[in-house]
Amino acid sequence: MKVKNLYVIRRSILLIITFIYLLPFFWMIGTSLKPDSELLAYPPTIFPENPDWSNYEKALNKFPFFTYLKNSIIITIGNLIGVLISAPFVAYGFSKINWKGRNFLFAVMMASVMLPGAVTMIPVFLIYKRLGWLDTFLPLIVPAFLGGGAMNVFLIRQFFNTIPNELLEAARIDGASDFKIFFKIMLPLSKPVLALISLFTFTGSWNNYIGPLIYITSENKYPLALGMPMFMSRYGTYWNQAMAAATLTLIPTVVFFFIAQKYLIEGIKLTGLK
Amino acid sequence: MKKNKQLRENIKGLIFISPWLIGFVVFTLFPFVASLYYSFTQFSITTEIKWVGVENYNKLFKDPLFWKSLKNTLVFAVGLVPLGLVVALGIAFLLNKPLKEVSFYRAAIYMPSIVPAFAFSAVIIWFFQPYLGLVNNVLDFFGINGPLWLDSEKWVKPTIIIAAQWGVGSAMLIFSAALKDIPRELYESAKIDGAGSFTMFRKITLPLITPTILYYLITSTIGALQIFDLPMLLTGGGPANASLSLGIYIYKHAFTYTNMGYASALSWILFILTFILTVIYFISSKKWVYYFGN
Repeated sequence: MKVKNLYVIRRSILLIITFIYLLPFFWMIGTSLKPDSELLAYPPTIFPENPDWSNYEKALNKFPFFTYLKNSIIITIGNLIGVLISAPFVAYGFSKINWKGRNFLFAVMMASVMLPGAVTMIPVFLIYKRLGWLDTFLPLIVPAFLGGGAMNVFLIRQFFNTIPNELLEAARIDGASDFKIFFKIMLPLSKPVLALISLFTFTGSWNNYIGPLIYITSENKYPLALGMPMFMSRYGTYWNQAMAAATLTLIPTVVFFFIAQKYLIEGIKLTGLK
Repeated sequence: MKKNKQLRENIKGLIFISPWLIGFVVFTLFPFVASLYYSFTQFSITTEIKWVGVENYNKLFKDPLFWKSLKNTLVFAVGLVPLGLVVALGIAFLLNKPLKEVSFYRAAIYMPSIVPAFAFSAVIIWFFQPYLGLVNNVLDFFGINGPLWLDSEKWVKPTIIIAAQWGVGSAMLIFSAALKDIPRELYESAKIDGAGSFTMFRKITLPLITPTILYYLITSTIGALQIFDLPMLLTGGGPANASLSLGIYIYKHAFTYTNMGYASALSWILFILTFILTVIYFISSKKWVYYFGN
C-alpha cells in the first residue's frame, strides 16, 4: 500500500513537471491561433475557441520566412556533412592508431573546450575578413569540417574504444588499410553515436545565433535565427503572428528530435563520464 | 624495422587528426595568442592596430559598465549553476525508478532544451509580460501582484535564470545515465544492513555520481560565464544594463562600437575568470569527488 502511494506521488510530480516543460509549446501554438481580439482576453485562454489560421499566412507575408529557412537549411546541412566526415576521422586517429603525442594532443583538444568563444572571436573575425568570407555562409560552415568539435570527437572516440581491436587486427591481416577499416568497419558500426552527434550538430547550427549575428549583414542571407528576432522586434505587438512564426521555425527541430531521440540515452551512456 | 613501423603509425595518426590540428592552430591557438596581443592595442575594423600597453586594462578597471557586467555575469553563474544542478538531478532521480511512461517524461522534459533561443525567447517574453502574460495572470488568480519581470531591474536576472531552467534537458540526461550506472547490488546489500533511503542516497548515490557532478559544475559554469543568447534576445542587456553580461558587453565593444582592442582586454578578463574557477573546481574535487576503485 505504501509503495503504491509513493508511485502515485512520483507520477503526479512528474506529470506536473512535464506539464511545465511542455507549457511553452502549448502557449506558443495556442497564441499562434488566437484572433487579435482574444490576445487581450482576461483571464487568458490557452487555446482559442475558434482557431484563426490566418496568423500563419500573415506572418509568412510579413517576413521572408522561406528565404531564411533556405539559408538555415544550407548552413545546417553544411555543418552536418562537415561534422559527420571530420569528427569520426579525427576520433579514429585518437582511438585506433598508436602514435607518439596522441594523449598529449587529446588533452590539448579537451582543454580547448574551456576557452571562452569571446576570446578568439575578434582574431577569428579578422581572419575571415582577410579571407573575404564576411557576409557569406563560409564562416558558419567551414569550421565544422575542421575536426567537428571537441565534444563530438570525444563522444565518438569513447564509442570507438568499445570496438575490440581484434576486429581491426583481423582486417589488417587481410591487408586492409586504416582508411578502409575506417570506412568499411568503424563508420557502419557507429550509427547510434553518429545519430546522437547529428542531433547535437543539427540543433547547434540551427540554433546558432551569435555566429550569424557577427558574420552575416545582408538580410537576404539571414538564417531564421537572425530573421525571426528581427521580425519580432519590428512587429512585436502582434503576438499571435510572432508565435505563428516561432512555431514554424520549430517544426524542423521537432521532426529531427523525434527521429534521433531513441538514440539519446544510449548515446549519452557512451560518454564514459565515470 | 620496428622503428620504421612506429614512424608510419605516427604519420598515420597525424593524418587522421590533421583536420582538427589545422583548425586548432588556425582558429584557436593563433587567435588565442593574437587576442592577448590585441588586448594591448587600440583599433577598429577600419583603422590600423596601435600598441597602447596596459591602457585598456587601466580603462577597464575604471569602467563602471565593466564592473556592472562582471557582477551581472557572476550573479547569473551563482543562480544558474546550483539551480540547474538541483532541477536536473531532481528530475533524473524521479525518472530513475521503473515507471512505464518514463521515456515520455524524458522526451517531453528534454524537448525545450533543443528549442532555439531565438524562438524560445519570444515565448518567454510573452509569458512574462507584466499585464498580458500568463505568469502574472496566474499569480493574479492567487491574489499575488506579480513583478514586472523582464522590465524590472531587480527581477530581470532572476527571470532569465528561471527561463534557463527549461533548458536543463541535457544535464538531466547525463545525470540519468550516471544514476543508471550505479550497481543495483550496492543498494540491495545496504538494504540488508538496514539502511533507510536517505542514508542510501547520502552513502551510495551521492558519492558515486560525484564525477558527473564535477563534470556538470565545470561545463555549466563555463557556459554561465559566457551567457549571451538569452539576455541578448530577451532584453538586449537591459533594462538599465541590469542584464548586461560580460559576453554581451564584449560583443558590443567588438562589433557595435568596434573598440576591438578594448573588447579583447575584456575577453581576457573573462578567460582568466573561467580559468580560475575551473582550477578551483579541479583542486577542490580531490576532496569530494569519488572514483571507483579508490
